[in-house]
Amino acid sequence: MQPDTFFRRRRLQSLLFFVVILSVTYGSIVLTQFDVVRGLLAVPQAFAWAVVNFIPDERAWSRLPNILSKLQETVLVAIASSTIAAVLGLGLALFGANTTRPHPWFSLPARAIASVFRNIDVSVWALILLFSFGQSGFTGFFALFFVTLGFITRVMIETIDEVGVEPIEALRATGASYGAIISQSVIPSCLPQLISWLLYMIETNIRSATLVGILTGTGIGFLFDLYFKNFNYGSASLVVLVTVAAVLLIETVSNAIRRIIL
Amino acid sequence: MEASLPSRRIRLRPRNRANTVLQVTLITLVLLTAYGLVTLDTRNIDVFAALGNMFNDFRIVFLEARLERLSWFELFRELMITVGLGLLTTVTGGIIAFFLSLFAAQNLTPRQVTDTVKALMAFIRAVPTVLWVLFFAVTTGLGSVAAILGMTFHSISYLVKAYAETFEELDSGILEALRASGANWWQTVFQAVVPSTASALLSWTFVRFEINFSVAIAMGATAGAGGIGFDMFMASAFYLDLRELGVFTYAVLIFAILLEWTATRLKETVGIKRPV
Repeated sequence: MQPDTFFRRRRLQSLLFFVVILSVTYGSIVLTQFDVVRGLLAVPQAFAWAVVNFIPDERAWSRLPNILSKLQETVLVAIASSTIAAVLGLGLALFGANTTRPHPWFSLPARAIASVFRNIDVSVWALILLFSFGQSGFTGFFALFFVTLGFITRVMIETIDEVGVEPIEALRATGASYGAIISQSVIPSCLPQLISWLLYMIETNIRSATLVGILTGTGIGFLFDLYFKNFNYGSASLVVLVTVAAVLLIETVSNAIRRIIL
Repeated sequence: MEASLPSRRIRLRPRNRANTVLQVTLITLVLLTAYGLVTLDTRNIDVFAALGNMFNDFRIVFLEARLERLSWFELFRELMITVGLGLLTTVTGGIIAFFLSLFAAQNLTPRQVTDTVKALMAFIRAVPTVLWVLFFAVTTGLGSVAAILGMTFHSISYLVKAYAETFEELDSGILEALRASGANWWQTVFQAVVPSTASALLSWTFVRFEINFSVAIAMGATAGAGGIGFDMFMASAFYLDLRELGVFTYAVLIFAILLEWTATRLKETVGIKRPV
């Protein structure tokens, strides 16, 4: 190829790429009725407003115990739903993975169930579960549980298949039963990965739980919504600060754990 | 012979730091889970009756789904609005994140600058997207403008981390070769960094689009962003119509599966494994 045509073609390709991106962006702006000028102006306005109004005041600090107890509720729901989902997800993954499934017919249903669970967004699950569980902690718990179950199953299927068939065949050759193979070989070799993904899901679920809390009227999300809609911005800002501190703390702890176990 | 056998069981797993941490983590999580379940705010509902209702609701949602208030064309339009929200915030976020991530990669920028940018991004990322959206809603009012700003903010912080880590994995020889030949900083970026990481950057951007699609549904439901999320919220909280909610659920499920399938193919070709 002539160097001249090579560069011309590359330039044409990148030009085409930007034209596509630009038209898609323009289409999205029209479709979502996004007011670009108002959007651009709003960013400095919002931060200028925040510097003056979005700061914890006396009243906010006096509410700190209440805020912390709601935060604890949200964090605990995130941890409980993720942990239970991780255990069951590992079980479902054993049915779905190519190397550990008891029978080839188990694989597809296990993968399909996991796919439906994780591809329906957590907010959608919450909206469906509101019908039966109402504004109780169960709505958020099950919404987070379903999505996490689907996700953990998928990543654990990948992990189990990556470990490969050799250790399983070695154990089978010694006459080990299915249960012994799973508990002595598959689970120990997958456990560090499982914990790592579980910690990742806990981080994600704390943020999702905040969102679900706004829909179901529970936890820290509800508290933020309440303060915010009553123009109690000082307290709302404290909620944000406390949430950020919790998320960053959990992120730091899980990164430390991950560095040691992986 | 009996006496020479070890009296205790043979330790199968060595007692090292990794195993200890693993066990402590597991026990802590189990205890926290138990405590979380005991203290769960049940509002005195009968769990078993509610579980029965749940399965019945699932049956209606998945087996009796039908449209009541919207036409199929309107459903498609609403879905496209949600997709549009996801696309717009991903593209805008991606462009801004690209330039910011150059200042967050340690092999391109001095340490003091990258540490500052990374800390700022970690803070933005730690705030849930919905709180960003509600924050911007103070000056713009609830609606698509606040939702787009909030989602873009969170996308930027996510993509800066992903992009910067991609840049940092770059072979240092490439950068040295360009620097040695006298290329300036921007030339290094556009002649070496961008061409060798372009497919990974695109792949990460698509992963974020996948996330932003679900975030857009959630913002429609909680922050008045419009699109299919808002219709779902209305069907659930206002009309109490599980059948129509079922159609919406199918619509987002099918689209999400398509996105996931595409993302998996992309990740396989580029070789991305870890999440952010």
